[in-house]
Amino acid sequence: MSMGDSAGDARASRRPDSAVVVAGLTKRFGDVEAVRGIDFTVASGEVFGFLGPNGAGKSTTINMLCTLMTPTSGSARVAGHDVIRERDEVRRNIGLVFQDPTLDGYLTGEQNLRFHAELYGVPKTVVAGRMRQVLEMVGLWDRRGDRVLAYSGGMKRRLEIARGLLHSPRVLFLDEPTVGLDPQTRKSIWDYIQQLRHNEDITIFMTTHYMEEAEYCDRIAIIDSGRIVALDTPQELKASVGKDRVQIETADDAAAISALKETFDVEAAVHDGAVTFSVPSGEEFVPRLFARLGVPIKSVSVSRPSLDDVFMSYTGTTIRDAEGSANDWMRMAFRTRR
Amino acid sequence: MGTSAITGDVVRVRVPERSVRHDLRAVKIVLHRELLRFWHDRMRMIAGLLQPVLWLLVMGTGLSSLMRSGSGGDVDLKTFIFPGVCAMSVMFTAMFAAGSIVWDREFGFLREMLVAPVSRGAIVIGKCVGGAFVATCQGVVIVALAGLAGVPYDPALLLTLIGEMFLGAFALTGFGVMMAARIKSMQSFFAVMQMAMMPMMFLSGALYPLSGLPSWLSVLTRLNPLTYAVDPMRHAVFSHLDLSPALAKAFNPGVTWNGWQVPVQLEVLMVVAMGLGLLGVAILEFRGGE
Repeated sequence: MSMGDSAGDARASRRPDSAVVVAGLTKRFGDVEAVRGIDFTVASGEVFGFLGPNGAGKSTTINMLCTLMTPTSGSARVAGHDVIRERDEVRRNIGLVFQDPTLDGYLTGEQNLRFHAELYGVPKTVVAGRMRQVLEMVGLWDRRGDRVLAYSGGMKRRLEIARGLLHSPRVLFLDEPTVGLDPQTRKSIWDYIQQLRHNEDITIFMTTHYMEEAEYCDRIAIIDSGRIVALDTPQELKASVGKDRVQIETADDAAAISALKETFDVEAAVHDGAVTFSVPSGEEFVPRLFARLGVPIKSVSVSRPSLDDVFMSYTGTTIRDAEGSANDWMRMAFRTRR
Repeated sequence: MGTSAITGDVVRVRVPERSVRHDLRAVKIVLHRELLRFWHDRMRMIAGLLQPVLWLLVMGTGLSSLMRSGSGGDVDLKTFIFPGVCAMSVMFTAMFAAGSIVWDREFGFLREMLVAPVSRGAIVIGKCVGGAFVATCQGVVIVALAGLAGVPYDPALLLTLIGEMFLGAFALTGFGVMMAARIKSMQSFFAVMQMAMMPMMFLSGALYPLSGLPSWLSVLTRLNPLTYAVDPMRHAVFSHLDLSPALAKAFNPGVTWNGWQVPVQLEVLMVVAMGLGLLGVAILEFRGGE
């Protein structure tokens, strides 16, 4: 590395280690192997997405990285510390925002943060300044004196994020940070997370069910049945699927499907009321389709592979199934919170 | 020493190594939260007050008419049950305070505490001392009613009562927290606690003197830990009354083991030992679990 490098390199040299290093991590519950020897590394400053259908081992992995669960075998280092032998060191250097709320509704937002600051031993001289900073960052400074019970779902989640940041962790774990929130609030949470990357010197490790949100990540790992089946940038992952999705509306869908099979050797099926199939470089395929299909076409749409398609191709599950369970969770959360 | 280096506009916080001072801060904030919660929860305070007042005024007054026609004693029954009522009110408040751990678990807040880089012991101690403190505050209000029960407002007596209430409440919160480590739902926690507390109360000598009982009842009352929390309080009250030795003996017989009079100091010591023992078990349980 030469002298006078960019700011990014300066930052990297201040943090020589990777934020998270996982090697052969395994967790067994009785006969069930929830996590089956996974390996990956998260670089400092990265936003790392962890995706997978329900029961794939996401939460188990996160719990092991946060020292809440002891691995059966393998090792993991978080913020440069071993999750088994240096539990307290790891805890000091991570922030956690869980899927389920962990706030005291009877205390005010400020009191919740104060509690956290004392519990984490944040030096008294900086508590007030730091509290103001994180509260302003998530736009809750004006509401700091209100009881958390009176907060909306989005505000609560923002308060949890602020609290997770209060002790300046090196790695922030976000387990489904936007689940159960309306689209507008989800967007605003993401704005805050993006802003964080600029304001704080931090690595973000997150899980999500929302595929469109996974696009915000620098890299994504897809976990299925306890194994990592794919790990790359969203762009590379989409490119690896390689096919575009083409949907056509025709006068006779059945005839169109058999014509596609005979003429082009393409398997098609009706999805969302349109004949749907996948081909490499769909735009080039469309003119040939019109010329040779022999069935009148009313409309055509071509779409690039989305992360949904990536997810589907690696796990064999559609993300809708996963979202279905997220909705179950929402309903449950709603019930317990009346 | 923790310092903050300024990078741009960001105050970076350096969380210090774990130390006794850090653990003490944790104890203090957990305790502080208990007080805040209690202060906000006025209904709980009032409800906690209602029961002992009922016992004292309604039961105490109602039963004293029965007494007068009987043994011809010169002691107001209200005075007699006053220490018992103090113990009861403290006991219920202490249980509620311990139950808040189950509440914390149900609402996720326990997780926030358990993932902190602080010893579990600090959290459990904070909870127990906090619970005992809150219960004692409730007890102070009852003690303020001493006049209604014919108990003199002697500062030394009041301080002794408050101190003894604190020790009793501490032991009970320890018991409650120990149970809360295992019981995962509010409903079952309070069901179990109710089940444990009712017999404890009836077998403690809070409501009747512990002398001249049939031997089975006598044995049960001696096995009941609450007995040793109530007796020193009664002793304190009676030592401030102007009574003939015979009457004092009848209403404040103390606790005997096979004819041996157990000294008040030993009783207090037993309560302290129980409190510390239960606290220790509670800490071990929270260290092991989760």
